[in-house]
Amino acid sequence: MTPPAFSPAGIRFEKIEKRYGGLYALRRVSLDISAGECAVFAGRNGSGKTTLLRIAARLVRPSSGTVDFRMKNGKEPEPASATGFVAHATMVYDELTAEENLLLFARLQGIPNATARAEALLNEVGLIERRGSLVRTFSRGMRQRIAIARALLNEPAMLLLDEPATGLDPQGIAWLAGTLHRFRDAGRTILMSLHGESEISALATRAIRLDAGSVVADTKAGANLRSILTFADA
Amino acid sequence: MLKTILGAVVLFLMIAFTAYLAFNYAPIEKSMGVIQKIFYLHLPSAFSSFVALGVCFYANLMYVFKRQPKWDWLGVSAAEVGLAFISVVLVTGPIWAHPVWGIWWTWDARLTLTFVLWLLYISYLLLRSMLEEPDKRALFSALFGIFAFLDVPLVYFSIRWWRTQHPQPVILGGPGSGLEARMRVSYLLVWGAFTGLLILLLNARYKLEAMRASVEDLRTEAEVQ
Amino acid sequence: MTLLSNTAVLLGKELRTEFRSRELLTTTVVFILVVVVLFSFTFDPSVSESRRFGPGLLWLAFLFAASLMLQPCFLREQNNDTLSALRLSAGDPFAIFLAKLIANTFFLLLTELLMLPVFAILYNVRILSVLPQLILVFFLGSLGVAIPGTAFSAISAQARMRELMLPLLLLPLLTPVLIASTEATASLMDTKPELRRDWLGFLAGFDVVFLTALWLFGEYLLEE
Repeated sequence: MTPPAFSPAGIRFEKIEKRYGGLYALRRVSLDISAGECAVFAGRNGSGKTTLLRIAARLVRPSSGTVDFRMKNGKEPEPASATGFVAHATMVYDELTAEENLLLFARLQGIPNATARAEALLNEVGLIERRGSLVRTFSRGMRQRIAIARALLNEPAMLLLDEPATGLDPQGIAWLAGTLHRFRDAGRTILMSLHGESEISALATRAIRLDAGSVVADTKAGANLRSILTFADA
Repeated sequence: MLKTILGAVVLFLMIAFTAYLAFNYAPIEKSMGVIQKIFYLHLPSAFSSFVALGVCFYANLMYVFKRQPKWDWLGVSAAEVGLAFISVVLVTGPIWAHPVWGIWWTWDARLTLTFVLWLLYISYLLLRSMLEEPDKRALFSALFGIFAFLDVPLVYFSIRWWRTQHPQPVILGGPGSGLEARMRVSYLLVWGAFTGLLILLLNARYKLEAMRASVEDLRTEAEVQ
Repeated sequence: MTLLSNTAVLLGKELRTEFRSRELLTTTVVFILVVVVLFSFTFDPSVSESRRFGPGLLWLAFLFAASLMLQPCFLREQNNDTLSALRLSAGDPFAIFLAKLIANTFFLLLTELLMLPVFAILYNVRILSVLPQLILVFFLGSLGVAIPGTAFSAISAQARMRELMLPLLLLPLLTPVLIASTEATASLMDTKPELRRDWLGFLAGFDVVFLTALWLFGEYLLEE
């Protein structure tokens, strides 16, 4: 696995608030996640995990508050190029082949040698055999893999994953855990939301629980990692 | 509250007074007769609707850049009030036309423009009703409103050029042309009263929207608990 | 320049996906055909008077077809949330709009040109001598339809009853395009054909106004 193109990045959320009318998805969330950490967000549906990740990915505009990236070398990167985002949806085109999808997104991001890069990633995620198949024909596990390949195109310093294990069979989960393990060891920062304990949550170096849009537990503040993930009271 | 009631009373008196002027003080127009007096309703309404359109456009722009709900409230108020005035224009036009020309409707430039404007206002309000989430509703209706406003001069010019090539009876003879002194005075006073009406209606609708927004917020918050 | 190269990349994607399925093209062509034929029942094209209505009916058919054809434009990007992927990778959001509106103009123009011979036969109009000028009118008119149409496709994709919403938003706004295009087309199909530069200039102006508006406000149209 190639080390990231940028030096590892941390992220700071400063008093992030997101309202949808009268509904507070996030209430003044402030968090500081250091470069290289593997932070897991736990919480019920509607606790704000997805919103927080989408705000970090710059897809959602917060109602108030700021999000900053901190690079280890002190430089501020372009947010879009610093992060890779894996959502619940695959974010690739069903009507294009795996290879066409990766080429499209590589070219859009101005990645040099797009063809070589796409091929390398297809190899990395184990989809090289199906490079010419339409994504429409892929299984859930394969879709997850192409989604991750797309997120990795620009060698991001930070990976954002929203419930990446959903719908995966045990084999898929094992593959994902292995892949994320390698990312973490290569020095990438990972932020992901999870539902419970699994091989993937075992990678966490930090855990944060959200409830109704607020941070209710944080291992940085001394809470117990396991109990955050299993919803037991700290 | 007291101010609003006072304002409404003053306005009512103003309108009553100017209506009296329009009917009794201003002379009866030579060629068209009594029906011409509908002009005192038709033209100020048209003017008010254009002011409302301008207010709506300004509110739309401000919302897109500032994202404060109050601009959204102003936008929808201006659109609804504008729609009301335009409807008055659309109704009084044919009422005027029929005794004068013997036809109810004609596709003359001004009336056609008014009709298209009416449709655009309606589309704006319909769009709002189809967007449930308040932030989305405000943003996307504001964006549509901006595009619609940019369209207005284009609609006007295209219809005018088209009509100069295929002339139709004009419903409004040049309204400002040679207005007798008494007519002019009456007209100006009515116009003033209608501007006052516009402001009063905008204010009332704005306050209503502000209240509705906070009720909606409270309801969503309560539903979550 | 990244805007242009990204537009080219995205345009390639738009064209490739459409030509792979050809759903949009075939349904649009058939729709226009049906409308033109139905119109010819209400206005008998053999009567010379009805020939006056020909260009207007043709453009009405194009407008209705366009408001249907433009619906999937942003709706399909909701599948698998590819719109978010585009927002993250495409850089300037205007590239997304530019690519889509070029593709939409192209598809519209294609269907219009496919319809033209049918129309010429039904309405007994000589078009060969003015074909290049007609293509110019169709091009500027289709651009006029596609620019606000693409923008509103992004808006209606967010709304309920979106199938009805897009025509409702688009058609009143396109009054100037309808008038200008019909006048220009009619004068080209007249017994003494004439290229109406004033209407063409107007169409070009319309296109510029809305393209500028799209450039200024495009990123907000893509907001989540």
